[in-house]
Amino acid sequence: MASPPLKRISDVVWEIPQSYKEGMRVPARIYATDALMRSMDRGVFEQITNVACLPGIQKYAYVMPDAHWGYGFPIGGVAAFSLKEGVISPGGIGFDINCGVRLIRTDLTLKDVKPKLKELIDTIFQIVPAGVGARGFVRVTHSEFKEVLERGAEWSVEKGFGWKEDLERTEDNGKIKGADPSKVSSMAIQRGFDQVGTLGSGNHYLEVQVVDPNRYFDRELAKHFGITMDDQILVMIHCGSRGFGHQIGTDYLRIFERAMKKYGITVRDRELACAPFESPEGQDYYKAMACAANMAFANRQVITHRIREAFSKVFHADPEKLGIHLVYDVAHNIAKIERHKVNGEVMDVIVHRKGATRSFGPGENEVPQVYRHIGQPVIIGGSMETGSYLLVGTTKAMTETFGSTAHGSGRTMSREAAKKRVSGHELQRDLERRGIYVRAVSMSGLAEEAGLAYKDISEVVEATYIAGISKKVVALRPLGNIKG
Amino acid sequence: MQKSGYEFLGDVAIADVAFKAWGSSLEELFESAAIALFEVMVNTKSVKFGVVKNFELKSESIDELLYDFLSYLIFLKDTEKLFLSRFEIKIDKNEVYRLLARVYGEQIDIKKHELRVDVKAITYHLFEVKKIDDKWVAMIVVDV
Repeated sequence: MASPPLKRISDVVWEIPQSYKEGMRVPARIYATDALMRSMDRGVFEQITNVACLPGIQKYAYVMPDAHWGYGFPIGGVAAFSLKEGVISPGGIGFDINCGVRLIRTDLTLKDVKPKLKELIDTIFQIVPAGVGARGFVRVTHSEFKEVLERGAEWSVEKGFGWKEDLERTEDNGKIKGADPSKVSSMAIQRGFDQVGTLGSGNHYLEVQVVDPNRYFDRELAKHFGITMDDQILVMIHCGSRGFGHQIGTDYLRIFERAMKKYGITVRDRELACAPFESPEGQDYYKAMACAANMAFANRQVITHRIREAFSKVFHADPEKLGIHLVYDVAHNIAKIERHKVNGEVMDVIVHRKGATRSFGPGENEVPQVYRHIGQPVIIGGSMETGSYLLVGTTKAMTETFGSTAHGSGRTMSREAAKKRVSGHELQRDLERRGIYVRAVSMSGLAEEAGLAYKDISEVVEATYIAGISKKVVALRPLGNIKG
Repeated sequence: MQKSGYEFLGDVAIADVAFKAWGSSLEELFESAAIALFEVMVNTKSVKFGVVKNFELKSESIDELLYDFLSYLIFLKDTEKLFLSRFEIKIDKNEVYRLLARVYGEQIDIKKHELRVDVKAITYHLFEVKKIDDKWVAMIVVDV
């Protein structure tokens, strides 16, 4: 595959002009350092320039620094479409609707947790089901499940799985408006209703982490997020809407293929199937997607509750006493209706973030009251070896990237290749020698997620920092990890 | 190349899993693709045939039929907690393509089956079914 012409806009911003491909409606912009640019697979450039061809796209089709080749959109792709003239595309969201990350802080430090790390991880591993075919620990009927779809994390808290304050610290308060279960197939309901309270598999994980005192970038900002100590313990959850969201993606991909014929839309990749946002199909998908988003919020909320229980059991204290509070919960596979400035004019757009995080700056209404003066927390989940980051959104992201930044470290190696390089058991032993205790349902799945298969997360974070689309707060180092 | 079979392609997908499946008839192709799909999740040789499910699907084109068939197997895996390892397929065409399937498998048992990675969905990315000479070949990328 030939490389497209890349124009350097700044140190970390590159542009592929509209003239590169017939049908491009806007240029593509890539956010990456030189090193990330060198290792970025060519598929990303092809996929993002296909996205740039979709009807109603505004300003640019964006690639975040952690991007890699996906299906339809690249992972790490961001695109905003006019509500009036634009489309919505399930391939721009992903099958795992509202896959996201949640960060929880505690009052504990490394000294408290180290002697009990194994007990803690084993306890969580036992009570949070993970892997293929797992049933959730929350049992609901089909009609109760529909309530979950309408109310998201609010449902979980009302049923006793969490605290009211958790909702204030979740994107959209854990409930996206407009969810309509009548737009969801009965197959999706059947597939998802017993998966509330499951972690999933693949790159999903639950991790006990510790603040890295050497990479404590902004203590003042960190304080606002409840992070005040060197060696403070935190917990990160990475999962989504499970089979429920996957089935909605599957159902609507088929519906949209038909709809495209009806609306005379052609796309360069079948996986980019889309429909006008205001069409009946577009609206139905949006309402179904909101259901899946809410299921994912509810799922991460009930898992949070289990984590509180596990800590309580292991450390013989109430979760309140242990200071187990939510920092924030972000959705990184989603489309959102937002108001942005486009070429000087305020416009309502549907922003697709597929493997990208909202990065709203200070003062934005969507940022919860507690954080509004400092901006939205951005949680960048890394591989189980390299660690993760807490960042914060910026005003510059609002003007540059429709308020978006990276979401993780991004793969550079295929699953097949990773498994050839390392076995799950080897990796588990190696990590344990380095003080990271891992429990995995699948050993081959563990190998596929080895750190060597991922980009350098610090380089990814640096690119977003240099670009000014998110600000560094603190880095987090893994201590114990649970994988599906 | 054997008469029917599948091959995983490491250089086609990064985060997802890509495979090629083939057979000397449409039925054989569908069976090969189904085995490959479950091989992503488990060693299918470790899965017994005790549970039997029958179903019928109709689609307007062959590629839609394959997409629907594989998606339905994922649906069965999640709803019935089943790994499937043997497939008997019949396909005919009147106004539309019709598939009759009898599939065999076993309840997922974490103690017995060595779990691999779960499949979320069949994607349309690079998705293709075609006849090359006397062979039916499909390219499939699954989201995991």
